[in-house]
Amino acid sequence: MSTIAIAPGQPAASRVAAAASAVAGALSDTADVAWRNLLTQLRTPQALVFSVIQPVIFVLLFRYAFGGAIHVPGTNYVDFLMPGIFAQTVAFGAVGTAVGLSGDVRTGILVRFRTLPMARIAVLAGRTAADLARNLLVVAVMIGVGFAAGFRSPHGAGALLAALGLVIAFGYAISWGFASLGLRVSDPEAAQAAAVPVLFLLVFTSAAFVPSTAMPGWLQAFGTHQPVDALVNAERALILGGPAAHDVLISLAWSGGMLVVFALLAARTYARMGR
Amino acid sequence: MMSKPAVEASGLRKAFGGVQALDGLSLAVPAGTVLGLLGPNGSGKTTTVSILTTSLRPDAGRATVAGLDVVTEAARVRRVIGLAGQFAAVDPNLTGRENLRLIGRLSRLGRRQARVRADELLASFGLNAAADRLVRGYSGGMRRRLDVAAALLHRPEVLFLDEPTTGLDPESRFALWDSVRDLAGSGTTVLLTTQYLEEADALADQVVIISAGRVADTGTPAELKARFGTVVFHLDFGGKEAAQAAQTALASAGYQPQRDGAGIQVRSVAGSGELTGVLRVLDGRAPDPVSVEIREPTLDDVFLSLTRGGEAA
Repeated sequence: MSTIAIAPGQPAASRVAAAASAVAGALSDTADVAWRNLLTQLRTPQALVFSVIQPVIFVLLFRYAFGGAIHVPGTNYVDFLMPGIFAQTVAFGAVGTAVGLSGDVRTGILVRFRTLPMARIAVLAGRTAADLARNLLVVAVMIGVGFAAGFRSPHGAGALLAALGLVIAFGYAISWGFASLGLRVSDPEAAQAAAVPVLFLLVFTSAAFVPSTAMPGWLQAFGTHQPVDALVNAERALILGGPAAHDVLISLAWSGGMLVVFALLAARTYARMGR
Repeated sequence: MMSKPAVEASGLRKAFGGVQALDGLSLAVPAGTVLGLLGPNGSGKTTTVSILTTSLRPDAGRATVAGLDVVTEAARVRRVIGLAGQFAAVDPNLTGRENLRLIGRLSRLGRRQARVRADELLASFGLNAAADRLVRGYSGGMRRRLDVAAALLHRPEVLFLDEPTTGLDPESRFALWDSVRDLAGSGTTVLLTTQYLEEADALADQVVIISAGRVADTGTPAELKARFGTVVFHLDFGGKEAAQAAQTALASAGYQPQRDGAGIQVRSVAGSGELTGVLRVLDGRAPDPVSVEIREPTLDDVFLSLTRGGEAA
């Protein structure tokens, strides 16, 4: 980033040392900002509690209220459902990234951060790292809820862990996407109102809760070509068994591509805030 | 001895949409002095501070802090400045101590030094007892003191205080003034914005009055007062009608009287001897005043005459 000041004509070794120390500084700043965000979340537990309660309600609704009417050939509905719930959980977790950053814009703490000699990327990297930690917690709770509701992960713990790795990677990438939104809106309520419809669209047109084959063709065309659907398919291939490599690669490609594009976009938004 | 300015800005311009917030603003703050940037809401004070503290880029013009360009050497500027003020906040969900340690580490003090400095500043700003309480439970004055402490962690050469006492009760304001005086006494250069003329008068070595993004006047508090009148007469007539009659009489004699309920105020450049002239004008044309007070003009008086368009003099 721009904080790496390299004077021309410096010997290569000292240039490498300067770059290494800039990277070390950026990592340490990121850890400090992430620590602050986690502490803040623990001290306003309402948001944390609701980010757990919502997916729990979805498990209960789909498992017990709608599940009886949804037939997925060849598998137990709850085993089909849980990969969708994991994807939905982290997708909606990204709302927290937007809400958190817009809160920082509003309170003015970003103004202070911008005048400190810290690495600028740490404001964003620290926020998304804290949200990643929160995703880990919420997903762990969802596994518990899933098992209580009859989920058995038929292909074993290794397959489940691999699937959850994909879930966490996707959650991290999409949270960078909502970082830009949070920086542009200085009002947490507005950030939430803007974020939720996008996520609803992505989650409910995917195969998260029902097989895509039940959707009309035009909706399938959108629903099956987007990252939530790719993630859910890859998870199911791992958890329910079957050829998984292709789906896993597609999901990883989505997450990797989103991460690069969204991180650049968010860094640019942050850099332009003072123009 | 004049030293090199710690802050120097020339021709700063910044527009937000169609609004010209800064319209060619220039100023200089000699090292080790306190500059008061004085102006009403919307005059460009915060925009100036934002540019000088690197969080906003000017559209045109140039500024240096400690000899470093705020645009091209922003990263180095950030190591020598501290900012506290209405729009730079502390985190309400951390304790006072956690806030200071966080900002200390982000100021690259190192973990141990951040801890030591946080403790020192908590003590010197009278926040020891509240150090481990969440900031969201702090009073306005405590929060503001923590804010200033947060700006001092890395011992900045230049401290920017953006309306540090806006919204504070008088007691908290005076406590903060003492802190600023201590800092200035220890050699820190301070640029302070305020809408309170009294505050600039109390703290600043040099005052820059801005209006509509431009410098309207500049000088020491004493110079400004001398330029805009050395004394103010306050005549109380005990009744509105009598005061109005006196106002009319004085206005027709070339004075600029301002009515204030049952009294009127008249500024004078000539000094207290002018009082005789004022009373001679009133003789026979208005009732005798109940009481007469002679006082030094405040910066309020200066400001009023400036913003009313040069009718002082």
